[in-house]
Amino acid sequence: MTAERRAVALPAWATSGLLPVLNLAAAFAVSGLVVWAIGESPLEALKLLLYGAFGYGEAIGYTFYYATNFIFTGLAVSVAFKCGLFNIGGEGQAMMGGLGLAVVAIGLDGWPPALVLPAAVLGAAIFGAAWAAIPAWLQARRGSHIVITTIMFNFIAASLVSWLLVGVLKAPGSQSPESADFPEAAWLPKIHDLLAGLGIQIEGSPLNLSFLVALACAGLVWFFIERTKWGYEIRVVGGNPGAARFAGIPITRTLVLSMLIAGGLAGLMGLNELMGLQHRLIANFTMGYGFVGIAVAFMGRSHPIGIVLAAILFGALYQGGAELAFEMPTISRDLIIAVQGLVILFAGALEHLFRPQVQALFRRLGALGEAHG
Amino acid sequence: MPLGGPDITDSSADKDAPAIELENITKSFGPVRANDGITMRVERGSVHAIIGENGAGKSTLMNILYGIYHPDSGEIRINGTACALQSPADAHHAGIGMVHQHFTLVEPFTVLDNILLGFENGAVLARPRRLAARKLEAIERDYGLSVPLDAVVSELPVGMRQRVEILKALYRNAEILILDEPTGVLTPLEVEQLFQIIERLKGQGKTILFISHKLGEVMRIADRISVMRGGKLVADREPDATNASELAELMIGQKLAAAVDRKSLSVGQTLMALEGISIPPAEHRSGLHDISLEVRSGEIIGIAGVTGNGQTELLEIIGGLRVPASGTLSLGAEVCAAPDIVPGAVDLRKKGVGFVAEDRLRMGAIGAMTATENVILGYHGRPPFSRHGCLQPRAMRNACARIMADNDVRPQAPNLPLDNFSGGNQQKLVFGRETDHGPRLFILGEPTRGVDIGAVQRIHNTLISMRNAGGAVLVVSSDLDELLAICDRILVMFEGRIVGEMLAGDTDIAAIGLMMAGQNPDDPGEEARNDG
Amino acid sequence: MADLYLDILILLDSALRLATPLVLAALAGLYAERSGIVDIGLEGKMLGAAFAAAAAAAVTGSAWMGLLTGVGASIALALLHGWVSIHQRGNQIVSGAAINIIVAGLAPTLANHWFHLNGQTPLLSGDARFQALIWPGVDAIGNLPVIGPLYAEVISGHNVVTYIAILSVPIAAWVLYRTRFGLRLRAAGENPEAVDTAGISVYGLRYRAMIINGVLCGLAGTALSTGLGAAFVRDMSAGRGFLALAAMIFGRWKPVPTLFACLLFGFVDALQGRLQGVELPLIGEIPFQFTIMLPYIFTVIILAGFVGRIAAPRASGIPYSKEG
Repeated sequence: MTAERRAVALPAWATSGLLPVLNLAAAFAVSGLVVWAIGESPLEALKLLLYGAFGYGEAIGYTFYYATNFIFTGLAVSVAFKCGLFNIGGEGQAMMGGLGLAVVAIGLDGWPPALVLPAAVLGAAIFGAAWAAIPAWLQARRGSHIVITTIMFNFIAASLVSWLLVGVLKAPGSQSPESADFPEAAWLPKIHDLLAGLGIQIEGSPLNLSFLVALACAGLVWFFIERTKWGYEIRVVGGNPGAARFAGIPITRTLVLSMLIAGGLAGLMGLNELMGLQHRLIANFTMGYGFVGIAVAFMGRSHPIGIVLAAILFGALYQGGAELAFEMPTISRDLIIAVQGLVILFAGALEHLFRPQVQALFRRLGALGEAHG
Repeated sequence: MPLGGPDITDSSADKDAPAIELENITKSFGPVRANDGITMRVERGSVHAIIGENGAGKSTLMNILYGIYHPDSGEIRINGTACALQSPADAHHAGIGMVHQHFTLVEPFTVLDNILLGFENGAVLARPRRLAARKLEAIERDYGLSVPLDAVVSELPVGMRQRVEILKALYRNAEILILDEPTGVLTPLEVEQLFQIIERLKGQGKTILFISHKLGEVMRIADRISVMRGGKLVADREPDATNASELAELMIGQKLAAAVDRKSLSVGQTLMALEGISIPPAEHRSGLHDISLEVRSGEIIGIAGVTGNGQTELLEIIGGLRVPASGTLSLGAEVCAAPDIVPGAVDLRKKGVGFVAEDRLRMGAIGAMTATENVILGYHGRPPFSRHGCLQPRAMRNACARIMADNDVRPQAPNLPLDNFSGGNQQKLVFGRETDHGPRLFILGEPTRGVDIGAVQRIHNTLISMRNAGGAVLVVSSDLDELLAICDRILVMFEGRIVGEMLAGDTDIAAIGLMMAGQNPDDPGEEARNDG
Repeated sequence: MADLYLDILILLDSALRLATPLVLAALAGLYAERSGIVDIGLEGKMLGAAFAAAAAAAVTGSAWMGLLTGVGASIALALLHGWVSIHQRGNQIVSGAAINIIVAGLAPTLANHWFHLNGQTPLLSGDARFQALIWPGVDAIGNLPVIGPLYAEVISGHNVVTYIAILSVPIAAWVLYRTRFGLRLRAAGENPEAVDTAGISVYGLRYRAMIINGVLCGLAGTALSTGLGAAFVRDMSAGRGFLALAAMIFGRWKPVPTLFACLLFGFVDALQGRLQGVELPLIGEIPFQFTIMLPYIFTVIILAGFVGRIAAPRASGIPYSKEG
């Protein structure tokens, strides 16, 4: 009976295009209220934000640079979610991934880039994957709630890395908690440098090769999930664990596999931040990007193309927000964090907010169409 | 205020009016007319059965009567007074109680707390609990319902839970009781007990609406039978003036398909053998104790038993999902599972075992995935569906189209998520998946639970054809009529043991029912259990 | 020997103080989950309340005004989460995480806007903070052997919120198991259909649970900034909301066991504080970045080793709609 009662089924472009845009608009409207409340003009702020994100070449480069982080963390959330797991541990996995690549990059000092780069990538992925696999195993075997264990692992990873950064990994002579610089062989080339090599001049920005790695990961994740038997098993376990068991799918192994991939993807975030820009391991470089991945995955409907688009949106928010905070001193980075939270709330948890109204609209349009046709 | 809500006997306007009169009730959901001009009269103090296939509109009608749905048009009169039933609370006030097919009990609560819920008579529970217990004891005495009030519901057997629901309705002073498919989950013994309770309720002047699709039961218990089909009331009969086959034809609107003849075969080689299989008991589970059985080509074996007596564990062993603590499972000459040999569901499927679980939608399908993706489940790791780890979309599409055509799945839309198919069509798809590979040995639990009469016949015919072609079928079912109709041999399970084995032709429901309840005097397992 | 006894008592005393926000937040989570709503936004509500309480106390100079404001802010956030979970049928984990992030950004923004102290509130003193309550007869009883120090150090000398927290535990147990509201609340978290067919509003029950949840989180946050601390500081909840959730799970969704789980967590936290900068035999001094991990590691071990697979309220986290 329920199917008939819901009546109007919305077309795909409305559910995955129109509704997210409406939700986003609502999040911005509420954010505008906050901006207005602290005495600034919301419209002016929006203009500055958009200009800061897309207004000129460097800004666009920065937007895509931040988007790179979100593609990695968004994919990390979505692969786990396909298996029915809520991975809130992107933050800690990224942190450990950064540790992994730092250890490899510093350890392989003097080696050529052709060896160091892949080895560092591998180090990042392995550390991130291992950090994610423990909560997955604990959930599958011991029944420990993965949401809580991954959060605890975020705290532990942050403390662990900052402990290492004031101890073993501390750069000699430095006062701040950061590692020694990576050897140049472990620096990822910037996109503007690469394009300059091809004779194309664009404005300089931190956008680097890892953006392309992120896009490749999105494609690979899609192929793996949709077109391989392991991806199929992940989706079956996520869709109905009981059916998975009866079909002979090893549940624990599949859960751990999905979290290994998720953790590996989150771990790769360090490519962009550390090998692309900072060239050393610093404490708290993850900056909450792991949490934003939750929103990116939900907004992107756990589809790689959607995730890339949502990541660009959040990249723009980050970059535009930073510019905005610079131009309007009363608007701090804190406020931009709150705006992100609002976008997460509206896009991730309030996906049904405008559905009834849009359905009513379509019903009326449909009725009109019938009347005319 | 009297205990447990209003006392409706005083307010009933007309002592001689029928308990329920429905006048031209119509209810549509979108374009679907679930109830179409239903007019019906239910006499007070009678048992009135309503029968019909899934989707005939029985549930909608009962939900209207219970205030959950509101009719688009038509009138309901209770005891001669027109009523607008806007909510279950209104139904309670009108003296209507309902026992849902899926019980609405809170499992971790005691029986008493379940009955109190919503009718507490006070913000602090100590006194209401005492008063309610006193009233309930009186009701239990009057109607011969013995239910321990301080027992936790999750620990009660299904039949007892149903009595809790009945007790709940009586506590709320129900004069009219709606029983929705009440026997679907009961053992033969529990069905007998339920019928005794119904007789006693009727004797005390209560009115019973008995929703069912089991014709034998309806013929036994009902004073009057209404048949629904396609949202309409198509017939009204007295049991004396009709018979089961007429009712069946009224329900499905055409003659039943003829049953496939069973060829008389001499049983052939052993396809599967279990020897001394044991699993230790766990919480609320009996485990398995020294199970030995053989399945031979050309026979259908039935496993009868009350749910929870080891059938699920047996299916898990046979399905390759569990390692036995002792004993072996062999297919042909090869040992496939033993304490040191881990079986694999995928392996067994490769060796020609088809497997449909008891709860096939929960255990055999993924609602969010498309029909195409569902038809490869369990076969997804091997050609033609997967090569070098990559899925093969074309092979998947072909298989799905074939299964949909062979099993009359509607709509034939391979890319539609399974959730968008009706329950019956989902079942056909899962059944079709497991038969599509031409299994030599076919294992299935509860083959026809939740399936329409027409489809039941088709499933039975498929099974018998498999047997006739020299295959073997093992059926686990709690529906004894079904087992007697299709099986060659029937084994009875009780508390994890096989307590009886008989040829289907040499036994009857009563004998099997006794064994299922563990009441076989010459059961050797009984002494063994007492000794251990 | 007497020194060791006193040492332990001092540890217990700070365990009790540190457990206060945990107990309140864990009970808040317990009410929500018992009604069928998963709430990982405890963290954000505590932080929001901590900020609101500290800000109001700073402006009015009254800790009680702070308490009122903190509770109000927390109720508002709880109702937001309730609305998302109940009427909007949104993903409850995403909603909780979003609320945490919103508050983490909004609180320092507002603090900056109002007080210009780099995202903090002014330091509270005097009546703007909840002071320790000294129990009668401390001087007399305190001199008794054994019981005296126990009375003086552990039982007496906490602020009012700590005593409220301890009292809320038996109250919660009584409400849940002995009252009509508790019966219906637990039923809503286990089998909302049963509640609905009994003619009771599932939505109403869940909203009421969220209001209680808001009050308790508000008290917890207030304890953070006006009891334990003396101002609102960025991210001062430091994962306590999640520790509280873990304690609730460890306590199997029951008030009294949850209290003991919180006390255990408080004890580990107190121990962690004591270990900082202390030379230990064999190991030497443990850096604080390391000791600070202890409660989190402890939580993981507890969840993995001692809790195992246990049943949460069956319907928790699942939006309820009559159509199914």
